[in-house]
Amino acid sequence: MKIKEIGNLLDATCLTGENHLDSEVISACCSDMMSDVLAYVKDQGVLITGLINPQVIRTANMMDMICIVFVRGKKPTEEMVELAEECGIAVMCTDKRAFEASGILYAAGLSRSAEGKHV
Amino acid sequence: MSDTVKFHFDVDGSDFSSAGEASVTVKKKLRQLGYPPEVIRRVSIAMYEGEINMVIHANGGTADVEASDDEIVIILSDKGPGIPNVELAMQAGYSTAKDHIRNLGFGAGMGFPNMKKYTDEMRIDTVVGQGTTITMKVKF
Repeated sequence: MKIKEIGNLLDATCLTGENHLDSEVISACCSDMMSDVLAYVKDQGVLITGLINPQVIRTANMMDMICIVFVRGKKPTEEMVELAEECGIAVMCTDKRAFEASGILYAAGLSRSAEGKHV
Repeated sequence: MSDTVKFHFDVDGSDFSSAGEASVTVKKKLRQLGYPPEVIRRVSIAMYEGEINMVIHANGGTADVEASDDEIVIILSDKGPGIPNVELAMQAGYSTAKDHIRNLGFGAGMGFPNMKKYTDEMRIDTVVGQGTTITMKVKF
């Protein structure tokens, strides 16, 4: 799935990373706990979260993720958007809640791991 | 890459919003130096976990990274409270982080196990009341 399709499916606004919109991702992770993202993410390209602080961007950067979707209408700060831009991470915002956003993306083909859904 | 490249950072413990800055910089530098992506990933995750820990528990400290041809060494040193029971601290899920840290998305008790998982060697030298030095090596 292309990042721009994620934006379309979630009626999301893209705050930075327009040049990554044609990048492909095959899996995603949904969490407000960055500790868990660091411990359990392996090859997920997308982070879905409602947490707002610079560590969200840094955590995604450490995990080589290329897209962050902020849910529940949460808006990252300017500092966070700038940091994401520096790290080459696309940032989107949607009013949908985490469960709904994850469900929509899962149903559209994003899985929890690069190997596929049944792991 | 025949010479060892060294980086030094003072990690500010007073401002959580800056926690992780050193690790982001190291990741960028290692990419510029041409290290393999998997090596960079392991080093960055281990260092980031340690850096966040230093800010949460020890009011900051210093981070040193030495990158050579066959290994990258990360040394995190603080003058914090020390770790009374290292064995317990290494257990997945054990955390002494306060609720306000959990609200920031950290403190799940996965930091130390994760640091061990992503490195080939991890040594913890700690004295209660004096501080902690964690030395990690990623070999390739």
